[in-house]
Amino acid sequence: MQRIRLRYTKRGRLRFTSHRDFQRAFERALRRAEVPMAYSAGFTPHPKVSYANAAPTGVSSEAEYLEIALTDPRDPERLRALLDESLPSGLDVVEAVEARTPGLADRLQASVWQLRLEGVAPAEVERAVAAFLATDTVEVKRTTKNGLRAFDARSAVMALEVVSGRAEAAQRVGEGEATGAPTDIEQSADRLGRGDCAILRLVVRHLTPAVRPDDVLSGLRATADLAPPVPAEVTRLAQGPLDKETGTVTDPLAPDRDAATAVLTTAVGLTGATVSDGSA
Amino acid sequence: MPVESVFPRLEALLPHVQKPIQYVGGELNSTAKDWDSCDVRWSLMYPDAYEVGLPNQGVMILYEVLNEREGVLAERTYSVWPDLEALMRQHHVPQFTVDAHRPVKEFDAFGVSFSTELGYTNLLTALDLADIPLEAAARTLDDPIVIAGGHAAFNPEPIADFIDAAVIGDGEQAVLEITDVIRAWKAEGRPEGRDGLLLRLAKTGGVYIPKFYGVEYLPDGRIARVVPNVSGVPWRVSKHTVMDLDEWPYPKQPLVPLAETVHERMSVEIFRGCTRGCRFCQAGMITRPVRERSITGIGDMVEAGLKATGFEEVGLLSLSSADHSEITDITKGLADRYEDDKIGLSLPSTRVDAFNIDLADELTRNGRRSGLTFAPEGGSERIRKVINKMVSEEDLIRTVATAYGNGWRQVKLYFMCGLPTETDDDVLEIADMATKVIAKGREVSGKNDIRCTVSIGGFVPKPHTPFQWAPQLSAEETDARLEKLRDKIRGDKRYGRSIGFRYHDGKPGIVEGLLSRGDRRIGAVIRAVYEDGGRFDGWREHFSYDRWMECADAVLPPLGVDVDWYTTRERGYEEVLPWDHLDSGLDKDWLWEDWQDALEETEVDDCRWTPCFDCGVCPAMDTQIQIGPTGKKLLPLMVKNS
Repeated sequence: MQRIRLRYTKRGRLRFTSHRDFQRAFERALRRAEVPMAYSAGFTPHPKVSYANAAPTGVSSEAEYLEIALTDPRDPERLRALLDESLPSGLDVVEAVEARTPGLADRLQASVWQLRLEGVAPAEVERAVAAFLATDTVEVKRTTKNGLRAFDARSAVMALEVVSGRAEAAQRVGEGEATGAPTDIEQSADRLGRGDCAILRLVVRHLTPAVRPDDVLSGLRATADLAPPVPAEVTRLAQGPLDKETGTVTDPLAPDRDAATAVLTTAVGLTGATVSDGSA
Repeated sequence: MPVESVFPRLEALLPHVQKPIQYVGGELNSTAKDWDSCDVRWSLMYPDAYEVGLPNQGVMILYEVLNEREGVLAERTYSVWPDLEALMRQHHVPQFTVDAHRPVKEFDAFGVSFSTELGYTNLLTALDLADIPLEAAARTLDDPIVIAGGHAAFNPEPIADFIDAAVIGDGEQAVLEITDVIRAWKAEGRPEGRDGLLLRLAKTGGVYIPKFYGVEYLPDGRIARVVPNVSGVPWRVSKHTVMDLDEWPYPKQPLVPLAETVHERMSVEIFRGCTRGCRFCQAGMITRPVRERSITGIGDMVEAGLKATGFEEVGLLSLSSADHSEITDITKGLADRYEDDKIGLSLPSTRVDAFNIDLADELTRNGRRSGLTFAPEGGSERIRKVINKMVSEEDLIRTVATAYGNGWRQVKLYFMCGLPTETDDDVLEIADMATKVIAKGREVSGKNDIRCTVSIGGFVPKPHTPFQWAPQLSAEETDARLEKLRDKIRGDKRYGRSIGFRYHDGKPGIVEGLLSRGDRRIGAVIRAVYEDGGRFDGWREHFSYDRWMECADAVLPPLGVDVDWYTTRERGYEEVLPWDHLDSGLDKDWLWEDWQDALEETEVDDCRWTPCFDCGVCPAMDTQIQIGPTGKKLLPLMVKNS
């Protein structure tokens, strides 16, 4: 049995795909692409697919991972292209490697997120980020399956910074309006692509309960009253092993690729091509 | 001029609504054609939530048939949930298609498929969101032609004020004929405006234009007559019948949604029409005659459809799938072909008397054993004669014995309550039937953990059936009868715990009855309910019986009628029914005779296997029964590419 690990994306309008939706779509894509899947035993056999740590609905991602088990070996790159073609554009399969090491899920220790905040001035966000980072714990609440839960959103955050921004004070709507829900959306519908904007880069460790970008935004609101008038556009840029010293996230497929290179010295050309567009 | 997509404005609203994926489109096998290269443009709606509407075969077929035509474009739209509706109103985002997110108002035609009358309020929501006037009379050349279709359109009178046209029967050819009329009218510079187009459509004889017919009433509230009020339109409008299903192998490329929907399978309609003659069944009456798709046609559709979709279940659809003349060869052939691919087969509608062990084997062979459902409909032998559902208790017991003996643990039985001439005893016999089923099941399986679920709902008399004259049972009487049945089942110490009991209370049935057999005066009730917030009437959590009754009580009494008049009142032979000018092919006198036969508990055979009994459809519509066997078999497929 061959196991193949894939990196895929959720882009554009298909970011509204829930994880369950993606699972169904992916399993159908496997059928259309006639991938020789291994099936679980039992009364209703299921194709063997392991999903790891999916991004929330409505959030874009450049770095989702899964692993499939095949009964007949396939060339990873050819399989990738076939699956990519079988999935709608936006759900793109961008990398494939043969699994040669255990524990992909364990390697997904942290995520790098990009948060695009429309309608707030970069300086205001800088101030909020500084206040957030200056505290040891920031309690936030979120409704989960088990009701409203309170947890710390601070300790999981390894890095948080404003990476770019745009200030166009002239076009701003009065600041006092940006509170109630209807007004929030009013502005999102009417002010797309104009005015202030700040882009945050966030590195979060995967803990239980998981701290999501939304929770960090709640934390910014709690510590510094930062209340963007529009829902943030959130994208996962990468996830993988966390280098605790530098706070950087590395490519989780690298060990498999290294192992492959070691084994198949003759196939360097092929694997090398995959390495080049490896970590995002 | 290209029409602008509303998606950028919609996208900003999506993070705030439930299941946003249903509004973004981009389904596998969907199409968004170039606006300017087409001269006739349709938006097609299934007036319910996306999860119900997307798998609808009717919309999927028309979508593909229209888009295959050069210069013709079709896009889909569905009802938006109240959360998005509120945001769309607030931000002035109009009703949009999911394909290219174009405003519905920009299209030439707006086709709405009504499987059920409970979608009428959703039609009004969509029109209003689309900025199309609710009343057809107020529309201008800037508005699309609003066309109703689907089974409910066989009595479009309750929505006559809101639609411009209705088409009854099969839509495949009809939409293309309408397209040609629209194209010619546009090419000539839209002579005589909107009415010019409507008149051209009416003159084809196959499109009903309500405004060209006047309704006159008698002092007692009944209809005196329905007459054309312009010259050149037919007195009666005929239904459409597609005569060779193999020539219409649609959908070829079924839509595969990202969002979860109610049916996730590759559906193939294996035949259309049914002549079993169940008297309550509107679908069986209005879709005659039986036209089978050939075994090879079915095999080709399944092969192409599975390739195009990746679905893991094949549904063989029809009104009574086991009645296909080659059903055994079809199921065996398909089970053979897909044995290695873990493709499940299902027959959503299976008659008790047509189910057999071979079929049971083929349906379970590929590892899946979805529940078995049968519909005896009536609890007593007597009432089954009244409704002409000729299924004996022995048939049923033999069939469930086969099922339980072949490893099924659960059988579901469907019944109706409130059938004409029904008494408490007829319904209470359902409990006896269920206990016999369990007893037999325990005997053949040697196990005690088998189950039987009884599912029962109120009967609603429908137009174009022998029961169109029948009084509907009131909600109170329906509920009382169902409670007695529940008590009897629950009180059974020996078997009661093995019998599940599910029922629908009588109230929604009364609203459905009002809409099913209503006339144009019901339009004001629908509008009042819509304006009071009525939406998604097919959904328990949205349906409000009280709202419907309050609105009806405000609107109808001044007209000398009320809800009971439309529902629990028995009609006489001479009464002009609101749908008499819509010709389903059924001879009204034959329907009346069949109604009298029902009251006398006389059964009628199936004309597939006995001589014609003159229901009138074949001669009136110039059609005939098309059935096999063809004698062909499904051969194994070629080796797949790897």
